[in-house]
Amino acid sequence: METHNKQEMQDKKVVVLACSGIGKVYGAVARETVYELVERLRPGTAVTTCLPLLVIGDPDAKKLVTDHPVITIDGCPKSCSEKSVKALGAKVTKSYQAINFYKAHKELKPGGIAELDEAGRKLAAVAAEELAPVIDDLASGEDK
Amino acid sequence: MAIEVMKVGIVSCSGEDLPEGTLSRIACRKVLEDLRPGETVTICLPLFIAGGKEERDFATNYPTITVDGCDKRCAQISTERLSGKPSKSLLIPEILQKRGLASPTRRRNLGPKEKAAAQAVAEEIAQAVDEVLGG
Repeated sequence: METHNKQEMQDKKVVVLACSGIGKVYGAVARETVYELVERLRPGTAVTTCLPLLVIGDPDAKKLVTDHPVITIDGCPKSCSEKSVKALGAKVTKSYQAINFYKAHKELKPGGIAELDEAGRKLAAVAAEELAPVIDDLASGEDK
Repeated sequence: MAIEVMKVGIVSCSGEDLPEGTLSRIACRKVLEDLRPGETVTICLPLFIAGGKEERDFATNYPTITVDGCDKRCAQISTERLSGKPSKSLLIPEILQKRGLASPTRRRNLGPKEKAAAQAVAEEIAQAVDEVLGG
């Protein structure tokens, strides 16, 4: 049984969703932060999906956000990623606004929309470093 | 009375989980900023749900081109369901196949091959914009 529980913990995934922001720099920061978590900092534990799949009610995407803790990172106050999860009846465990990472690190003013500049990439890396422990807590079931 | 169409709305799949989603976003920005500035507008796709009436009227207010990164066609389907019927629907894998280009492999930090693919997709979108504006 103990082995089973350990395996369950190892298999626990945390979904991190970025807003789809195609028109604002903080949408790009949100997306880059998600990629930092999924690809560099917590691969295998942090997973993502396409937000538009939630918009069309794709069954696999819906199951993903229903079965796992969800962190949303939005690029503007319209909070598309948070609202898209809630619209499916799923729970958002933690929600963040990308601009708040900039407010905490004003030396890193991001630029670029489709592709971030160097400051934007650094800001996303810093944001992801700050979120990685949150993912660890959620994956271990300590903060659901 | 004929109504003159001044701008075309572009709805991009944002496909955060797919390299083609990144390609779609970058290609759409190229059209908006470089290839057809002043003739095109865009909207973040999830605003069809998260936004208000103004956002849901997008495809009523503009003839719309959807650009999708995979055959789930989220941009096309969500525009049809939540806003209005698109004038044209483009699919990136079809564009890449038509142009003999390889599928992208990276979601970020695009290399020369992905950037060339983004340019090709942008040119196809721009051509579609011209067709819509030309009636």
